[in-house]
Amino acid sequence: MTITTSTESGTGVPLRSDALLQVRDLRKHFPISQGIVFQRQIGAVKAVDGITFDVSNGETLGLVGESGCGKSTAGRTIAKLLEPTSGSVMFDGVDITKHSRSQMRPLRSELQMIFQDPFSSLNPRHTVGTIVGAPYRVQGKLSDKDIKARVQGLLERVGLNPEHYNRYPHEFSGGQRQRIGVARAIALQPKLIICDEPVSALDVSIQAQVVNLLEDLQAEFGIAYIFVAHDLSVVRHISDRVAVMYLGQIMELADRDTLYSQPRHPYTHSLLSAVPLPDPDSGSRRERILLTGDLPSPINPPAGCVFHTRCWKVEERCKVEVPLVREISVGHQIACHFPEERPVFGQGGPTIHGPAPTEQELDAEAHDRNLQGGHVTAEGNIAHETELGWQKRQD
Amino acid sequence: MTQTIDASASVPSGPPTSFLEVRDLRVTFPTDDGMVRSVDGLSFKVERGKTMGIVGESGSGKSVTSQAILGLHNSTGASVSGQIWLDGEELVGKSSEEIRPLRGNKMAMIFQDPLSSLHPFYTIGDQIVEAYRVHNKVSKSVAKKRAVEMLDRVGIPNAGKRVDDYPHQFSGGMRQRVMIAMALVCDPQLLIADEPTTALDVTVQAQILDLMRDLQKEFNSAIILITHDLGVVAEIADDVTVMYGGRAVEQGSVRDLFYSPQMPYTWGLLASMPRLDRDRKGRLDPIPGNPPSLINLPTGCVFSPRCVYRDRVGAACVTDRPDLESVSDTHRVRCHIPAEQSQRIWLDEVKPQL
Repeated sequence: MTITTSTESGTGVPLRSDALLQVRDLRKHFPISQGIVFQRQIGAVKAVDGITFDVSNGETLGLVGESGCGKSTAGRTIAKLLEPTSGSVMFDGVDITKHSRSQMRPLRSELQMIFQDPFSSLNPRHTVGTIVGAPYRVQGKLSDKDIKARVQGLLERVGLNPEHYNRYPHEFSGGQRQRIGVARAIALQPKLIICDEPVSALDVSIQAQVVNLLEDLQAEFGIAYIFVAHDLSVVRHISDRVAVMYLGQIMELADRDTLYSQPRHPYTHSLLSAVPLPDPDSGSRRERILLTGDLPSPINPPAGCVFHTRCWKVEERCKVEVPLVREISVGHQIACHFPEERPVFGQGGPTIHGPAPTEQELDAEAHDRNLQGGHVTAEGNIAHETELGWQKRQD
Repeated sequence: MTQTIDASASVPSGPPTSFLEVRDLRVTFPTDDGMVRSVDGLSFKVERGKTMGIVGESGSGKSVTSQAILGLHNSTGASVSGQIWLDGEELVGKSSEEIRPLRGNKMAMIFQDPLSSLHPFYTIGDQIVEAYRVHNKVSKSVAKKRAVEMLDRVGIPNAGKRVDDYPHQFSGGMRQRVMIAMALVCDPQLLIADEPTTALDVTVQAQILDLMRDLQKEFNSAIILITHDLGVVAEIADDVTVMYGGRAVEQGSVRDLFYSPQMPYTWGLLASMPRLDRDRKGRLDPIPGNPPSLINLPTGCVFSPRCVYRDRVGAACVTDRPDLESVSDTHRVRCHIPAEQSQRIWLDEVKPQL
């Protein structure tokens, strides 16, 4: 494994040492192996490749990026649902990077998760009472009678009828199920909840209900959130600080207002300019940056800056030299050689296009896709690999 | 029931002048629990070269409408009534055999999830060739040439080589381009896109929307775009139909809908989404409650149980079903609040909050 990127804390980025969660140079690589009896590793999906950030008490950190950028894997690795490949995670002053499942159990009451799909994250054979009461039972601190009273209180708190204690998940709508997931996550009054796309499966009008609920709970219990999502407008609404990820790395991290009003990374610019606005006349008023092509394969990320293949400001230096994460103003970190100066929602201008991919790059991409069909060991639960399970090897 | 009133009132007979005209379309599914009224008296028109956006939450009947136009309910238990005129031809009541020559040829569809809509065992070339040869008597080599040409047109680099690849060898955005190429291979005059960009990332979504706009200019096709994303509608549609509980609750040009909407549900949709082009709000304003059950629709206005403006006009909202009334040449609204009053509510109460 070659470590070509560097986001260590020694790069001039001051980090707060009193933060609730400290993630340092975290990496998660899924090995790809070949062979039946003698398996050898032929590569790795570098889902998360060296990310560093802090989350303070009661704060919301948004994690945005395109699908496949590693944001969900990052969330799961921090929650220790996946074993980190390298790097460290400090939670509440304890280094949990090497903790086993049993060592994690007492900490689980402080570190919870909310999942994207409210249909598959609730056991269809359990009643709501069982689902929401499970955290108490696992921790074994309350009697059954107390649990029931607590669960009914929780259901009421998240806007459900406490009399629905004995109902099953299929009797609820998507929004209500997500409320059940929220109730389960807040049951033990955690300090940090990792929300993995908690509202993307919901209708617009219901989305707003759940977002408001999450904000109310944060104000009431002082919970910190890591809010993983691809919807830039929802992330802006809920986050205090936002990190933009691309191909397993953080491209830009800043407080919400700075990131959305003065983004400096070309990738953040292109993301923001691509969001369609509910305003038919906006097209003529704002500049559009059209990225060409797709996300490169995380098996074989581009040399130099990982974004250089699609960047509209690319220069020779980007192709060879990895940009280090640096702080350009207080709390505003960026990994780019040529930060952009203009505002996003400026005056209308021509559409800017990224560079067209070359023939070799396309061939390399096709090759990587064939590689991805290879047997992925460990918990290779990235949707891509499982979908391609039946693939015949082409090469 | 009052439904029969609005049905008989405004349904003209005889072939229309528009390219596609849907009149009083009703689709119901019999189930053990009762009749599910998925689409209940929907009418709209689309001209060639224009895009109609259909917006609504899940269960509002938007996908069922598109399937009815393609005649996909004919062999299921659903009952379809009303009229669907495509280029002077009535489609409701046609058998599957009669619709099949039109499907893929005159009208085509792009689905939401390109991975599950493409066959994993055949190369994309084979799949496009098949679609082309069903409607055109040409040799395989001619059809393949056409497939390469289409793939090239939708922006697949290296089309001559990629035509022999399997769907899994393409990324999500590229697969959606393949779907578009397949849909356009027979030059359809009507293209129905059911959530074409929902599964895609924003940067890829922008590429696909641009592509659809270019292709529409080139082929002068009519597009029906079904989506829940108001941003996408604002970007690409000419006219918009907002659906709720199986009915159109507001119809108008894209400017009518975004700059002077008059139906509380449309206001609710606009208010509940966080917007990048506005200052951040302290709290979002969700629409309270949940979408209605299509088996037991509320009496009166379907939206009344969730409507925060229902006390403005007395009891009518919960007793009488409102009709879709014209407020201007292009703009129609289904609401009991009189037009002037709702204009005032929009300007004074809703718009400043967005």
